[in-house]
Amino acid sequence: MSHQTRKDPAGAKLGMWLFLFTELFLFGGLFLLYGVYLARYHREFAAAGREMHLGFGTANTVILITSSLLAAMAVTAIQRSGRRLVLYLLGGTVLCGAVFLFNKYLEWSDEIGHGIYPGSPRLAAGPPGESVFYSLYYLTVGLHGLHVLIGGTLLAVVAARVGRGTIHAGDFAWLENGALYWHLVDLVWIFIFPLYYLVL
Amino acid sequence: MGSDTHDTTTHVIGYKTLTTVWIALLALTALTVWVALNAPGIGHVWGSLAIAAAKGGLVIAFFMHMRYEGRLLRWLLFVALVTLAIFIGLTFSDVLYR
Amino acid sequence: MKPTDQTMTPAASFWNDTGRSGIASWIFSTDHKRIGLLYFFSVFGFFLVGVVLGLLIRIELMAPGRTIMGPQTYNALFTVHGVVMVFLFIIPGFQGSFGNLIMPIQIGARDVAFPRLNLFSWWLYMAGAAIILTSLFTGGGPPDTGWTFYLPFSGRTGTNVSLAVFGVFVVGFSSIATGVNFVTTIHRLRAEGMTWGRLPLFVWSLYATAWVQILATPILGITLVLIIAERLLGTGLFDPGRGGDPLMYQHLFWIYSHPAVYIMILPAMGVISEIIPVFARKPVFGYKMIAFSSLAIAAAGSLVWGHHMFTSGMSDTAVLVFSFLTFVVAIPSAIKVFNWVSTLYKGSISLEAPMLFSLSFIFLFSIGGLTGLIQGAAATDIHVHDTQFVVGHFHYVIFGGSGFAFFAAMHYWLPKFYGRRYAEKPAIIAWALMSVGFNILYFSMIVLGLEGMPRRYYDYLPEFAPLNLVSTIGSWILASGLVLLLVNLVRGLRSGERVGKNPWGAATLEWSIPTPPPTENFEEEPVVTHGPYDYRGAGIP
Repeated sequence: MSHQTRKDPAGAKLGMWLFLFTELFLFGGLFLLYGVYLARYHREFAAAGREMHLGFGTANTVILITSSLLAAMAVTAIQRSGRRLVLYLLGGTVLCGAVFLFNKYLEWSDEIGHGIYPGSPRLAAGPPGESVFYSLYYLTVGLHGLHVLIGGTLLAVVAARVGRGTIHAGDFAWLENGALYWHLVDLVWIFIFPLYYLVL
Repeated sequence: MGSDTHDTTTHVIGYKTLTTVWIALLALTALTVWVALNAPGIGHVWGSLAIAAAKGGLVIAFFMHMRYEGRLLRWLLFVALVTLAIFIGLTFSDVLYR
Repeated sequence: MKPTDQTMTPAASFWNDTGRSGIASWIFSTDHKRIGLLYFFSVFGFFLVGVVLGLLIRIELMAPGRTIMGPQTYNALFTVHGVVMVFLFIIPGFQGSFGNLIMPIQIGARDVAFPRLNLFSWWLYMAGAAIILTSLFTGGGPPDTGWTFYLPFSGRTGTNVSLAVFGVFVVGFSSIATGVNFVTTIHRLRAEGMTWGRLPLFVWSLYATAWVQILATPILGITLVLIIAERLLGTGLFDPGRGGDPLMYQHLFWIYSHPAVYIMILPAMGVISEIIPVFARKPVFGYKMIAFSSLAIAAAGSLVWGHHMFTSGMSDTAVLVFSFLTFVVAIPSAIKVFNWVSTLYKGSISLEAPMLFSLSFIFLFSIGGLTGLIQGAAATDIHVHDTQFVVGHFHYVIFGGSGFAFFAAMHYWLPKFYGRRYAEKPAIIAWALMSVGFNILYFSMIVLGLEGMPRRYYDYLPEFAPLNLVSTIGSWILASGLVLLLVNLVRGLRSGERVGKNPWGAATLEWSIPTPPPTENFEEEPVVTHGPYDYRGAGIP
């Protein structure tokens, strides 16, 4: 990020963390809404949560945690080992992200096929709490999916720069910040998973 | 240069530590699913959230290196989380007592 | 005051440097001074647009019934006036323009921490502004919801709300980028010896503001996304018919938009804290308390949003909590006012244009703050809620406060960058016209509100007619003062008297470098040995 004559990796990291705070608050608004509506529609939320595909949710949780591990390892690898290992690890991370999104696609198509989407006739006929639950679900998970997409793209760019050698053991602020962003995506999912898939 | 952030050398976290954290995260995921399927009840939401918070703590501390950062970043993270909690708490002062 | 030094030869200043030429040397520049000027001209341009819209609103309200426009046009007009003034002028105003121009120099840095992000943030701002402007002329026409975009109405109206809201979202991103940049800069790039205790008060206020931008703006972002989702997908999250709760929209909106008031006013307070000691020829009184109160205002001010919702049907518990917290904010605000006044006490006061605008700031801001307490008290708020009283109140704070501080900053700092200054006498006449016109315009509104005239209404009862006429006449006096101020500044900065490097005799770092500043600000990294208001330490007589 910084292109001054002297590099300041600690400054870059501080800036990245500040940006992560803003991401946290972006999702925080949705979690706030979730909390309020959960308090109001406890029964409907539990009923709707039981309809969710626990299998998809759990699989995606494992996938994201693993991808996070690979991203963290990439940061270790650039300081310790060669470029090749970093590329493999980043490739693995991006691949996990892609599988995650593919699962999401399957899950959403199934749900939409069953007439569950914001403003659908089926939800309009059901209890109000249920429609609120699914609206929040689509918004939160959709926004999260967008972040997976952005994070994956970011890490792909970082990988390309590692390949070209512009990111190396002496200057890897980009890799570090890219990984931080990816961990945040993971972090948000860690909270989405119990709130939407496990409420009973 | 600011006097409050000094370290420019990053701590290198070993693969073994990272893998251990990963295993712990998987175990907690299994636990939360098990709790969801077998122990329904009032404490359920809070229990799931507590497990999620533990997982989040692990990710922040190790994957995101917060354990090895200076005081500044830790404080800032603390301030941000407390602010978010207060936002939510104050909103509930309306919602719960309406 | 007399120029203390010879002027810099123009060849070495930031005006004629860089490899690029023409407009590209500006819109692609990563120099914080050029970006600051870009921001200055953009936000000030939008300010003038907002002023024209405001004058039109006043003309419409000059007499009951239709004067120059129909009700739908009127609704659109006050909405666009609000959106332009809030999101395009005053929120990005100080941070973008004077923050960029001054802050890096004041901390002894060559530039901000992320210069390219800084430029990107201006581009985002312009892109958002362009989207908002596009929304006025496309789709269903300009939004008519008020600048608060309250749901459920904003979900149903046929006007072009989605696009306008998206534009505001983009502008919000630009605000976040500036906030991240400034916090990082202030932490990482302070010169040697520039300890937290020697940070100029303007920088302290920018620091507090940047935190509000970082922690509050994302909530606005998600709120705006929810409006768009409501309109495009029909999510029904705030629609009572489908289980939603419209009050939750108000909560989310004000969690950002109340702290946003502090994004507008905190840097203004910082400007005043710079100007008052310089023109009172005294070190500032209570440096630590002023610095601390900036942080306290930012923190406490983020927790009072519920006072916008006292009459909305919110729980009584929440009314109590938010009313109490609102009163807490008055404490740090009063600390500032008392410290400024104590700085003036026994000072050798020199009444030049920046100082006059600052004194007006104290007066107008105090009225704004005190009328705020009337609304912060839950009982009295019921009487004045949604009346012209509220309109008068926030114009006293935002226009009388931030706006006048902005004019003060223009007179104080712009000569530093242009190397020439305005004529003193017209500046003082302009100040007098504006101060008088301002009070006629907005004090009438405060009285009208107490008498019961609602805000945002197109038509009103005949007994409100005389004061509305007075108010409109006040707006013309204010506008004439503004025109004089502009003409005088433009003429002065183009061909006025040349100024030296420290025309006011101030001790902060920006006055220690040549006028206009060179591209790199400092020839070598400065080592700070004295506080920002230590005139003796800076060697100023």
